[in-house]
Amino acid sequence: MRSLINILDLSPAELDGLIAIANDIIANPAKYSESCRGKKLATLFFEPSTRTRLSFEAAMYELGGNVLTVAGADSSSAAKGESIADTAKTVSCYADIIAMRHPKEGAPLVASMNASIPVINAGDGGHNHPTQTLADLLTIQREKGRLSDMTIGLCGDLKFGRTVHSLIEAMARYQGIRFVLISPEELKLPSYVKQGVLKDQGISYEQTTDLEAAMPGLDILYMTRVQRERFFNEEDYLRLKDSYILTPEKLKNAKADLAIMHPLPRVNEISVAIDDDPRACYFKQVLNGKYMRMALILRLLEVL
Amino acid sequence: MHIDSIQNGIVIDHITAGRGMEIYKLLHLDRLDCSVAIIKNVSSRKMGKKDIIKVDADINIDTNVLGYVDPNVTVDIIRGGHLVEKRRVGLPTRLTNVLLCKNPRCITTTEQELPHVFLLTDPEHRVYRCMYCESKAK
Repeated sequence: MRSLINILDLSPAELDGLIAIANDIIANPAKYSESCRGKKLATLFFEPSTRTRLSFEAAMYELGGNVLTVAGADSSSAAKGESIADTAKTVSCYADIIAMRHPKEGAPLVASMNASIPVINAGDGGHNHPTQTLADLLTIQREKGRLSDMTIGLCGDLKFGRTVHSLIEAMARYQGIRFVLISPEELKLPSYVKQGVLKDQGISYEQTTDLEAAMPGLDILYMTRVQRERFFNEEDYLRLKDSYILTPEKLKNAKADLAIMHPLPRVNEISVAIDDDPRACYFKQVLNGKYMRMALILRLLEVL
Repeated sequence: MHIDSIQNGIVIDHITAGRGMEIYKLLHLDRLDCSVAIIKNVSSRKMGKKDIIKVDADINIDTNVLGYVDPNVTVDIIRGGHLVEKRRVGLPTRLTNVLLCKNPRCITTTEQELPHVFLLTDPEHRVYRCMYCESKAK
Protein backbone atom coordinates (compact mmCIF):
# COMPACT_ATOMS: atom_id res chain seq x y z
CA MET A 1 0.00 0.00 0.00
CA ARG A 2 1.37 3.36 -0.99
CA SER A 3 0.40 6.96 -0.38
CA LEU A 4 1.16 10.19 -2.19
CA ILE A 5 2.40 12.84 0.21
CA ASN A 6 5.07 14.63 -1.83
CA ILE A 7 5.34 14.76 -5.61
CA LEU A 8 8.84 13.28 -5.27
CA ASP A 9 7.25 10.09 -3.89
CA LEU A 10 6.65 9.33 -7.56
CA SER A 11 9.56 8.43 -9.82
CA PRO A 12 9.71 10.06 -13.28
CA ALA A 13 8.64 6.69 -14.74
CA GLU A 14 5.63 6.57 -12.42
CA LEU A 15 4.73 10.16 -13.34
CA ASP A 16 4.93 9.28 -17.01
CA GLY A 17 2.74 6.25 -16.31
CA LEU A 18 0.08 8.40 -14.61
CA ILE A 19 0.15 10.86 -17.50
CA ALA A 20 -0.34 7.98 -19.94
CA ILE A 21 -3.33 6.68 -17.94
CA ALA A 22 -4.84 10.18 -17.75
CA ASN A 23 -4.47 10.64 -21.50
CA ASP A 24 -6.16 7.26 -22.02
CA ILE A 25 -9.01 8.26 -19.68
CA ILE A 26 -9.48 11.45 -21.73
CA ALA A 27 -9.55 9.40 -24.95
CA ASN A 28 -11.68 6.53 -23.63
CA PRO A 29 -13.70 7.64 -20.57
CA ALA A 30 -16.22 4.80 -20.87
CA LYS A 31 -13.44 2.24 -20.40
CA TYR A 32 -12.90 3.48 -16.82
CA SER A 33 -16.48 4.24 -15.77
CA GLU A 34 -16.79 1.11 -13.59
CA SER A 35 -13.14 0.70 -12.57
CA CYS A 36 -13.74 1.63 -8.91
CA ARG A 37 -17.19 0.07 -8.48
CA GLY A 38 -17.63 -0.76 -4.79
CA LYS A 39 -14.68 1.39 -3.67
CA LYS A 40 -15.00 4.40 -1.36
CA LEU A 41 -12.93 7.58 -1.26
CA ALA A 42 -12.99 9.54 2.00
CA THR A 43 -12.33 13.25 1.48
CA LEU A 44 -11.12 14.71 4.78
CA PHE A 45 -10.85 18.45 4.33
CA PHE A 46 -9.86 20.32 7.47
CA GLU A 47 -9.38 23.58 5.56
CA PRO A 48 -11.79 25.32 3.16
CA SER A 49 -11.45 24.14 -0.41
CA THR A 50 -13.94 23.96 -3.21
CA ARG A 51 -12.14 22.89 -6.31
CA THR A 52 -9.79 20.27 -4.92
CA ARG A 53 -12.50 18.48 -2.97
CA LEU A 54 -14.93 18.59 -5.88
CA SER A 55 -12.19 17.41 -8.22
CA PHE A 56 -11.46 14.37 -6.05
CA GLU A 57 -15.14 13.60 -5.66
CA ALA A 58 -15.84 14.00 -9.39
CA ALA A 59 -12.82 11.79 -10.13
CA MET A 60 -14.11 9.00 -7.88
CA TYR A 61 -17.67 9.22 -9.24
CA GLU A 62 -16.40 9.05 -12.82
CA LEU A 63 -14.54 5.86 -11.91
CA GLY A 64 -17.80 4.36 -10.64
CA GLY A 65 -16.82 4.64 -6.97
CA ASN A 66 -18.44 6.33 -3.99
CA VAL A 67 -17.41 9.20 -1.75
CA LEU A 68 -17.54 9.77 2.01
CA THR A 69 -16.86 13.36 2.88
CA VAL A 70 -15.87 15.45 5.87
CA ALA A 71 -15.70 19.11 4.98
CA GLY A 72 -14.38 21.43 7.64
CA ALA A 73 -12.80 20.72 11.00
CA ASP A 74 -15.90 22.09 12.74
CA SER A 75 -18.00 19.14 11.61
CA SER A 76 -15.45 16.44 12.41
CA SER A 77 -14.19 14.83 15.55
CA ALA A 78 -11.04 16.93 15.18
CA ALA A 79 -13.18 19.64 16.77
CA LYS A 80 -13.43 17.36 19.80
CA GLY A 81 -9.67 17.05 19.92
CA GLU A 82 -9.15 13.77 18.08
CA SER A 83 -5.63 13.24 16.78
CA ILE A 84 -4.81 12.85 13.09
CA ALA A 85 -3.57 9.33 13.86
CA ASP A 86 -6.88 8.27 15.39
CA THR A 87 -8.86 9.88 12.57
CA ALA A 88 -6.77 8.01 10.00
CA LYS A 89 -7.20 4.68 11.79
CA THR A 90 -10.95 5.22 12.11
CA VAL A 91 -11.51 6.26 8.51
CA SER A 92 -9.46 3.25 7.37
CA CYS A 93 -12.33 1.12 8.71
CA TYR A 94 -14.84 2.80 6.40
CA ALA A 95 -13.07 3.77 3.19
CA ASP A 96 -10.58 2.36 0.67
CA ILE A 97 -8.57 5.53 0.12
CA ILE A 98 -8.27 8.96 1.78
CA ALA A 99 -7.75 12.40 0.27
CA MET A 100 -6.76 14.80 3.05
CA ARG A 101 -6.34 18.55 3.17
CA HIS A 102 -5.15 20.07 6.43
CA PRO A 103 -3.88 23.51 7.43
CA LYS A 104 -0.98 22.00 9.38
CA GLU A 105 2.11 20.99 7.41
CA GLY A 106 2.83 17.29 7.65
CA ALA A 107 -0.68 16.24 8.71
CA PRO A 108 -1.23 13.96 5.68
CA LEU A 109 2.13 12.29 6.36
CA VAL A 110 1.00 11.54 9.92
CA ALA A 111 -2.27 10.17 8.50
CA SER A 112 -0.38 7.94 6.05
CA MET A 113 1.79 6.57 8.85
CA ASN A 114 -1.31 5.48 10.75
CA ALA A 115 -3.87 4.57 8.08
CA SER A 116 -4.14 1.07 6.68
CA ILE A 117 -5.29 2.48 3.33
CA PRO A 118 -3.56 4.85 0.86
CA VAL A 119 -3.57 8.56 1.75
CA ILE A 120 -3.37 11.32 -0.84
CA ASN A 121 -2.14 14.70 0.31
CA ALA A 122 -4.68 17.18 -1.02
CA GLY A 123 -2.70 20.13 0.37
CA ASP A 124 -1.05 20.66 3.75
CA GLY A 125 -0.73 24.34 4.61
CA GLY A 126 1.94 26.04 2.55
CA HIS A 127 3.89 22.81 2.23
CA ASN A 128 2.87 20.32 -0.48
CA HIS A 129 0.04 19.93 -2.95
CA PRO A 130 1.16 17.06 -5.17
CA THR A 131 -2.08 16.51 -7.07
CA GLN A 132 -1.99 20.14 -8.25
CA THR A 133 1.45 19.36 -9.62
CA LEU A 134 0.03 16.31 -11.37
CA ALA A 135 -2.56 18.60 -13.00
CA ASP A 136 0.20 21.02 -13.99
CA LEU A 137 2.35 18.28 -15.52
CA LEU A 138 -0.50 16.84 -17.59
CA THR A 139 -1.36 20.36 -18.79
CA ILE A 140 2.22 21.08 -19.83
CA GLN A 141 2.50 17.70 -21.54
CA ARG A 142 -0.77 18.16 -23.43
CA GLU A 143 -0.09 21.77 -24.40
CA LYS A 144 3.55 21.32 -25.39
CA GLY A 145 3.65 17.65 -26.32
CA ARG A 146 6.67 17.20 -24.03
CA LEU A 147 7.95 17.81 -20.50
CA SER A 148 11.51 18.70 -21.47
CA ASP A 149 13.40 21.55 -23.16
CA MET A 150 11.44 24.64 -22.23
CA THR A 151 11.59 27.89 -20.29
CA ILE A 152 9.08 28.15 -17.47
CA GLY A 153 8.27 31.53 -15.93
CA LEU A 154 6.91 31.38 -12.39
CA CYS A 155 5.30 34.66 -11.33
CA GLY A 156 3.85 36.05 -8.11
CA ASP A 157 4.18 34.52 -4.67
CA LEU A 158 7.15 32.21 -4.99
CA LYS A 159 7.82 32.22 -1.25
CA PHE A 160 4.62 30.68 0.13
CA GLY A 161 3.32 29.20 -3.13
CA ARG A 162 3.43 25.47 -2.51
CA THR A 163 2.35 24.71 -6.09
CA VAL A 164 5.42 26.54 -7.35
CA HIS A 165 7.81 24.60 -5.11
CA SER A 166 6.35 21.25 -6.12
CA LEU A 167 6.32 22.16 -9.82
CA ILE A 168 9.99 23.16 -9.68
CA GLU A 169 10.90 19.89 -7.94
CA ALA A 170 8.96 17.85 -10.49
CA MET A 171 10.11 19.68 -13.63
CA ALA A 172 13.74 19.82 -12.49
CA ARG A 173 13.90 16.08 -13.17
CA TYR A 174 13.37 16.58 -16.91
CA GLN A 175 16.06 17.58 -19.42
CA GLY A 176 16.59 21.11 -20.70
CA ILE A 177 14.34 22.96 -18.25
CA ARG A 178 15.09 26.60 -17.47
CA PHE A 179 13.21 28.64 -14.87
CA VAL A 180 12.58 32.39 -14.74
CA LEU A 181 11.54 33.35 -11.21
CA ILE A 182 9.46 36.54 -11.28
CA SER A 183 8.43 37.95 -7.90
CA PRO A 184 8.68 40.95 -5.58
CA GLU A 185 11.75 40.88 -3.34
CA GLU A 186 9.68 39.86 -0.32
CA LEU A 187 8.15 36.85 -2.06
CA LYS A 188 11.24 35.37 -3.69
CA LEU A 189 11.72 31.62 -3.92
CA PRO A 190 13.08 30.34 -0.57
CA SER A 191 16.78 29.63 -0.57
CA TYR A 192 16.26 25.97 0.35
CA VAL A 193 14.44 25.41 -2.94
CA LYS A 194 17.03 27.41 -4.85
CA GLN A 195 19.92 25.61 -3.21
CA GLY A 196 18.40 22.18 -2.70
CA VAL A 197 16.80 21.83 -6.12
CA LEU A 198 18.09 24.35 -8.66
CA LYS A 199 21.74 24.86 -7.68
CA ASP A 200 22.41 21.31 -6.50
CA GLN A 201 20.98 19.84 -9.69
CA GLY A 202 22.62 22.42 -11.94
CA ILE A 203 19.28 23.74 -13.23
CA SER A 204 19.46 27.02 -15.12
CA TYR A 205 17.42 29.86 -13.61
CA GLU A 206 17.23 33.62 -13.36
CA GLN A 207 15.47 35.83 -10.82
CA THR A 208 13.76 39.06 -11.80
CA THR A 209 11.05 41.45 -10.70
CA ASP A 210 10.18 42.42 -14.29
CA LEU A 211 7.45 40.26 -15.83
CA GLU A 212 7.29 42.13 -19.15
CA ALA A 213 11.03 41.90 -19.75
CA ALA A 214 10.96 38.15 -19.13
CA MET A 215 7.86 37.52 -21.26
CA PRO A 216 9.39 37.00 -24.76
CA GLY A 217 11.55 34.06 -23.65
CA LEU A 218 8.82 32.06 -21.92
CA ASP A 219 7.20 28.84 -23.14
CA ILE A 220 5.10 28.54 -19.98
CA LEU A 221 3.92 31.38 -17.74
CA TYR A 222 2.73 30.05 -14.38
CA MET A 223 0.93 32.81 -12.48
CA THR A 224 0.14 32.51 -8.76
CA ARG A 225 -2.07 34.31 -6.31
CA VAL A 226 -0.64 36.13 -3.31
CA GLN A 227 -2.39 34.13 -0.61
CA ARG A 228 -3.89 36.11 2.26
CA GLU A 229 -4.00 33.01 4.49
CA ARG A 230 -0.21 32.56 4.38
CA PHE A 231 0.52 35.98 5.92
CA PHE A 232 0.69 36.62 9.63
CA ASN A 233 0.55 40.35 8.91
CA GLU A 234 -2.37 41.87 6.96
CA GLU A 235 -0.34 44.96 6.04
CA ASP A 236 2.24 42.88 4.20
CA TYR A 237 -0.52 41.11 2.29
CA LEU A 238 -2.18 44.36 1.21
CA ARG A 239 1.15 45.81 0.09
CA LEU A 240 2.07 42.80 -2.05
CA LYS A 241 -1.21 41.42 -3.36
CA ASP A 242 -1.29 43.48 -6.57
CA SER A 243 2.37 43.05 -7.49
CA TYR A 244 1.61 41.37 -10.83
CA ILE A 245 -1.56 41.61 -12.86
CA LEU A 246 -1.44 39.93 -16.25
CA THR A 247 -3.28 41.94 -18.90
CA PRO A 248 -3.51 41.58 -22.72
CA GLU A 249 -1.02 44.47 -23.08
CA LYS A 250 1.61 42.58 -21.10
CA LEU A 251 1.24 39.64 -23.46
CA LYS A 252 2.04 41.58 -26.63
CA ASN A 253 5.65 40.36 -26.68
CA ALA A 254 4.82 36.81 -25.63
CA LYS A 255 5.30 33.76 -27.84
CA ALA A 256 2.34 32.71 -29.96
CA ASP A 257 2.38 29.28 -28.33
CA LEU A 258 2.89 30.44 -24.74
CA ALA A 259 0.84 28.44 -22.24
CA ILE A 260 -0.58 30.61 -19.44
CA MET A 261 -1.23 28.56 -16.34
CA HIS A 262 -2.57 29.28 -12.84
CA PRO A 263 -3.43 26.83 -10.05
CA LEU A 264 -6.61 28.86 -9.26
CA PRO A 265 -8.47 30.35 -7.55
CA ARG A 266 -7.37 33.66 -8.99
CA VAL A 267 -8.21 37.01 -7.48
CA ASN A 268 -7.09 39.66 -9.95
CA GLU A 269 -3.64 38.49 -11.05
CA ILE A 270 -4.94 37.43 -14.47
CA SER A 271 -7.34 39.82 -16.13
CA VAL A 272 -10.58 38.15 -17.27
CA ALA A 273 -9.85 39.70 -20.69
CA ILE A 274 -7.25 36.93 -21.12
CA ASP A 275 -9.71 34.09 -20.54
CA ASP A 276 -10.62 33.93 -24.24
CA ASP A 277 -7.00 34.03 -25.39
CA PRO A 278 -6.15 30.58 -26.84
CA ARG A 279 -2.98 30.63 -24.75
CA ALA A 280 -4.96 30.64 -21.49
CA CYS A 281 -4.81 27.11 -20.04
CA TYR A 282 -5.95 27.55 -16.45
CA PHE A 283 -9.41 26.07 -16.87
CA LYS A 284 -7.92 23.17 -18.83
CA GLN A 285 -5.67 22.67 -15.80
CA VAL A 286 -8.76 22.20 -13.63
CA LEU A 287 -10.08 19.51 -15.95
CA ASN A 288 -6.66 17.89 -16.24
CA GLY A 289 -6.51 17.81 -12.44
CA LYS A 290 -9.59 15.61 -12.34
CA TYR A 291 -8.10 13.21 -14.91
CA MET A 292 -4.81 12.96 -13.04
CA ARG A 293 -6.64 12.33 -9.76
CA MET A 294 -8.56 9.55 -11.51
CA ALA A 295 -5.28 8.07 -12.72
CA LEU A 296 -3.77 8.35 -9.24
CA ILE A 297 -6.76 6.73 -7.52
CA LEU A 298 -6.60 3.85 -10.02
CA ARG A 299 -2.91 3.34 -9.32
CA LEU A 300 -3.09 3.63 -5.53
CA LEU A 301 -6.06 1.27 -5.37
CA GLU A 302 -4.12 -1.06 -7.67
CA VAL A 303 -7.07 -1.26 -9.99
CA LEU A 304 -4.71 -0.84 -12.94
CA MET B 1 45.73 15.89 37.76
CA HIS B 2 44.85 12.33 38.70
CA ILE B 3 41.56 10.70 37.78
CA ASP B 4 41.03 7.04 38.59
CA SER B 5 40.79 4.71 35.62
CA ILE B 6 37.42 3.02 35.29
CA GLN B 7 36.68 -0.70 35.42
CA ASN B 8 33.33 -0.93 33.66
CA GLY B 9 31.94 2.09 31.91
CA ILE B 10 32.38 4.46 29.01
CA VAL B 11 34.76 7.18 27.99
CA ILE B 12 33.49 9.86 25.64
CA ASP B 13 36.65 11.06 23.97
CA HIS B 14 37.62 13.67 21.37
CA ILE B 15 34.96 16.14 22.48
CA THR B 16 35.57 19.56 20.99
CA ALA B 17 37.21 21.60 23.78
CA GLY B 18 34.57 23.53 25.71
CA ARG B 19 31.61 21.30 24.81
CA GLY B 20 32.03 18.78 27.63
CA MET B 21 29.44 20.39 29.91
CA GLU B 22 26.94 20.72 27.06
CA ILE B 23 27.21 17.01 26.32
CA TYR B 24 27.05 16.19 30.03
CA LYS B 25 23.70 17.99 30.23
CA LEU B 26 22.30 16.68 26.93
CA LEU B 27 23.01 13.08 27.88
CA HIS B 28 21.46 13.72 31.33
CA LEU B 29 24.60 12.44 33.05
CA ASP B 30 23.67 14.61 36.04
CA ARG B 31 20.99 12.03 36.84
CA LEU B 32 23.53 9.23 37.31
CA ASP B 33 24.48 7.99 40.74
CA CYS B 34 27.97 6.77 39.73
CA SER B 35 31.26 8.65 39.37
CA VAL B 36 31.36 10.94 36.35
CA ALA B 37 34.42 12.98 35.44
CA ILE B 38 34.40 15.87 33.01
CA ILE B 39 37.95 16.67 32.02
CA LYS B 40 38.38 19.92 30.16
CA ASN B 41 41.12 21.19 27.87
CA VAL B 42 43.15 17.98 27.77
CA SER B 43 46.16 18.17 25.42
CA SER B 44 45.53 16.34 22.18
CA ARG B 45 47.91 15.73 19.26
CA LYS B 46 45.06 15.74 16.75
CA MET B 47 42.87 18.46 18.20
CA GLY B 48 45.23 20.64 20.21
CA LYS B 49 42.79 20.59 23.12
CA LYS B 50 39.82 18.39 23.81
CA ASP B 51 37.33 17.49 26.52
CA ILE B 52 36.78 13.98 27.87
CA ILE B 53 33.92 12.54 29.93
CA LYS B 54 34.41 9.35 31.93
CA VAL B 55 31.42 7.48 33.32
CA ASP B 56 32.10 4.72 35.83
CA ALA B 57 29.04 2.64 34.97
CA ASP B 58 27.93 0.52 32.05
CA ILE B 59 25.21 2.78 30.66
CA ASN B 60 23.54 3.17 27.30
CA ILE B 61 23.98 6.62 25.89
CA ASP B 62 22.09 8.24 23.04
CA THR B 63 24.78 8.36 20.37
CA ASN B 64 22.36 10.20 18.07
CA VAL B 65 22.41 13.19 20.40
CA LEU B 66 26.15 12.92 20.66
CA GLY B 67 26.64 12.72 16.91
CA TYR B 68 24.45 15.74 16.31
CA VAL B 69 26.18 17.92 18.89
CA ASP B 70 29.75 16.84 18.14
CA PRO B 71 30.15 14.28 15.33
CA ASN B 72 33.89 13.79 15.88
CA VAL B 73 33.60 12.24 19.34
CA THR B 74 34.41 8.61 20.00
CA VAL B 75 32.85 6.40 22.63
CA ASP B 76 35.15 3.88 24.29
CA ILE B 77 33.55 0.94 26.03
CA ILE B 78 35.54 -0.28 29.03
CA ARG B 79 35.08 -3.74 30.56
CA GLY B 80 37.25 -5.15 33.35
CA GLY B 81 39.54 -2.15 33.02
CA HIS B 82 40.21 -2.80 29.33
CA LEU B 83 39.10 -1.04 26.17
CA VAL B 84 36.81 -3.54 24.41
CA GLU B 85 35.21 -1.32 21.78
CA LYS B 86 35.79 2.08 20.22
CA ARG B 87 32.73 3.58 18.53
CA ARG B 88 32.79 6.50 16.14
CA VAL B 89 29.43 8.23 16.23
CA GLY B 90 29.28 10.51 13.15
CA LEU B 91 26.25 12.50 12.06
CA PRO B 92 23.02 10.60 12.74
CA THR B 93 20.61 10.33 9.80
CA ARG B 94 17.58 10.61 12.06
CA LEU B 95 17.02 12.50 15.30
CA THR B 96 14.00 11.73 17.43
CA ASN B 97 13.00 14.16 20.17
CA VAL B 98 16.41 15.82 20.17
CA LEU B 99 15.32 18.98 18.34
CA LEU B 100 11.92 20.66 18.43
CA CYS B 101 10.28 21.97 15.26
CA LYS B 102 9.84 25.75 15.52
CA ASN B 103 7.54 26.12 12.49
CA PRO B 104 4.17 27.37 13.84
CA ARG B 105 2.44 25.72 10.87
CA CYS B 106 3.91 22.27 11.57
CA ILE B 107 1.56 19.48 12.67
CA THR B 108 3.79 18.90 15.72
CA THR B 109 2.53 22.19 17.19
CA THR B 110 -0.99 20.84 17.60
CA GLU B 111 -0.41 17.09 17.95
CA GLN B 112 1.38 17.05 21.28
CA GLU B 113 2.14 13.32 21.32
CA LEU B 114 3.90 13.21 17.96
CA PRO B 115 7.64 12.58 18.22
CA HIS B 116 9.72 15.43 16.80
CA VAL B 117 11.70 13.73 14.06
CA PHE B 118 14.42 15.43 12.05
CA LEU B 119 16.18 13.87 9.06
CA LEU B 120 19.69 14.65 7.82
CA THR B 121 19.09 16.10 4.34
CA ASP B 122 22.46 17.70 3.62
CA PRO B 123 25.39 15.99 5.41
CA GLU B 124 27.94 18.40 3.94
CA HIS B 125 26.29 21.43 5.55
CA ARG B 126 24.85 19.47 8.52
CA VAL B 127 21.29 20.39 7.57
CA TYR B 128 18.45 18.62 9.35
CA ARG B 129 14.83 19.07 8.32
CA CYS B 130 11.61 18.25 10.15
CA MET B 131 10.19 15.00 8.79
CA TYR B 132 6.67 16.48 8.73
CA CYS B 133 6.99 20.04 7.42
CA GLU B 134 10.60 19.95 6.09
CA SER B 135 11.54 23.11 8.00
CA LYS B 136 15.23 23.47 8.61
CA ALA B 137 16.39 22.84 12.18
CA LYS B 138 17.61 25.99 13.88
